[in-house]
Amino acid sequence: MRERFSRVATELLDTDPKVAVVLADITADAFEPARQRHPDRVVNLGIREQLLISVASGMALAGMRPIAHTFASFLVERPFEQIKLDLNHQGVGAVLVSSGASYDYSAAGRTHQAPGDVALLGTLPGWTVHVPGHPDEAERMLRAATISPGLVYLRLSALANAAPLAVRRLGFTVLRRGAQATVIAVGPLADVVVDATANMDLNVLYAPTIRPFDRQTLRATLADPVIVLVEPYLAGTSVPEVAAALADLPHRVLGLGVAREELRHYGTPEEHQVAHGLDPASLRERIATFLGSESSSRRGRIPARALA
Amino acid sequence: MSEASTLPGYSYADLPGLMALMTGDEKHDLAAESTLDVLWVLYDRILRIRPARASAEPRDRFYLSKGHGPMAYYAILTAKGFIEANELPGYGQFDSVLGRHPDRNLVRGAEISSGSLGHGLPIAVGTALGLRAMGLTRDRVFVLIGDGELDEGSNHEAIAYAGRAGLEALHCVVVDNTSATYGWPGGIQTRFTAEGWSSVRVSGRDHDALEAAFTAAHPGRPHVVIAIV
Repeated sequence: MRERFSRVATELLDTDPKVAVVLADITADAFEPARQRHPDRVVNLGIREQLLISVASGMALAGMRPIAHTFASFLVERPFEQIKLDLNHQGVGAVLVSSGASYDYSAAGRTHQAPGDVALLGTLPGWTVHVPGHPDEAERMLRAATISPGLVYLRLSALANAAPLAVRRLGFTVLRRGAQATVIAVGPLADVVVDATANMDLNVLYAPTIRPFDRQTLRATLADPVIVLVEPYLAGTSVPEVAAALADLPHRVLGLGVAREELRHYGTPEEHQVAHGLDPASLRERIATFLGSESSSRRGRIPARALA
Repeated sequence: MSEASTLPGYSYADLPGLMALMTGDEKHDLAAESTLDVLWVLYDRILRIRPARASAEPRDRFYLSKGHGPMAYYAILTAKGFIEANELPGYGQFDSVLGRHPDRNLVRGAEISSGSLGHGLPIAVGTALGLRAMGLTRDRVFVLIGDGELDEGSNHEAIAYAGRAGLEALHCVVVDNTSATYGWPGGIQTRFTAEGWSSVRVSGRDHDALEAAFTAAHPGRPHVVIAIV
């Protein structure tokens, strides 16, 4: 996805004079051809991530549409106050594009992992948070983000689904219909979730955009009010969104994702996925256990169609 | 040079009275406001900003980064016609637009919201880059920071980068009232000049000296004025 990002952003620089790309060394090599064509609109600040966000703010105040990019840990976590004050509080827009996600750089350790980025942005108003599951989706989101004035976070990952799954510009896509519960698979975890829930009687929704949270599709497709969230970042990040969407209904919700505890291991992203219980076998067992605990107490008491 | 003309009935001598509307202090001492003279010279003689086109171009930008103690700022924005004098007595109250740190979304003429230290200069770097990228080569950016504020590391990211990038449109004034806990051995100027900035050190109370410092030529380089108060 990062390669697609630099290629599409380069094209946007060529076609839209208000677009600027602001970097802090990361991915600077890929933007070098664009920098040579647009030396004033491709700006590499060196390893200065507070300045990265503040420069995006200042450019927006001058009337430009800045795209700021580095690893998620240094884009969202390190300069979080700059995001809160220089973007939100000033009332200006920007596009923040991260790479690395929760454990793309598994061998690099905790310093290069940012499972809390979406939760942090969730404390601020107005952010559109994209978690694309495929480079095609990331491209479409980036193009849309540069022509809108708002606050957009595009969370790129090296992990992806085999094919693009989103059929709508914003909101959730229905991958499968079922009655027992609704599983919301976020971004690159969709294929894993589809695999894990094979032959189960479940609604499976795909969420490549998680903020704003698509309450409408969740409600419109709801069977039993039993929800499982599978997010490729901090477990439970969107549980409050589900709770708000279903505030008028007795419901149960399980938030799966990356554990809060530090995983002091290196290795591959696939190994981290297993360690966090996000591989197909682990997910199937955790979802089945959650539904099983429900089936003894609730199944059949509320006709599914009555709630839909 | 400045396009921000003083409203009829308001002069420099009226600023204490305007500040008194906020503080209730009838004998407000001008010297108590470290930023007042610097702000006055900027708005009276330097900045090409006026209320009628506060968001129009081409024009200068002024970013008050040292957002605490904004009474002098609000008084000058009043004298220059950005805000109304009858708004001043509400200072800090629930429904007032005038907080104890300015909010650009509430205060006409305030171009950034500030309060947390170390944000204005880095934002100003971005605006200078943005103006350059948009070909607005006649527009300038001025940012006011404090010597204590310079403790914040974010400033040093901005100082280093702005110098290397040769941001001629960028002007920083450091109001130095020796409030930095550990001081600046070798002088504040050295932090800027080492990174390639043009610099001048003047009295922060001398209007003519300030005007000369703000108008000094600095081709190809950002410019810092150290204003001693």
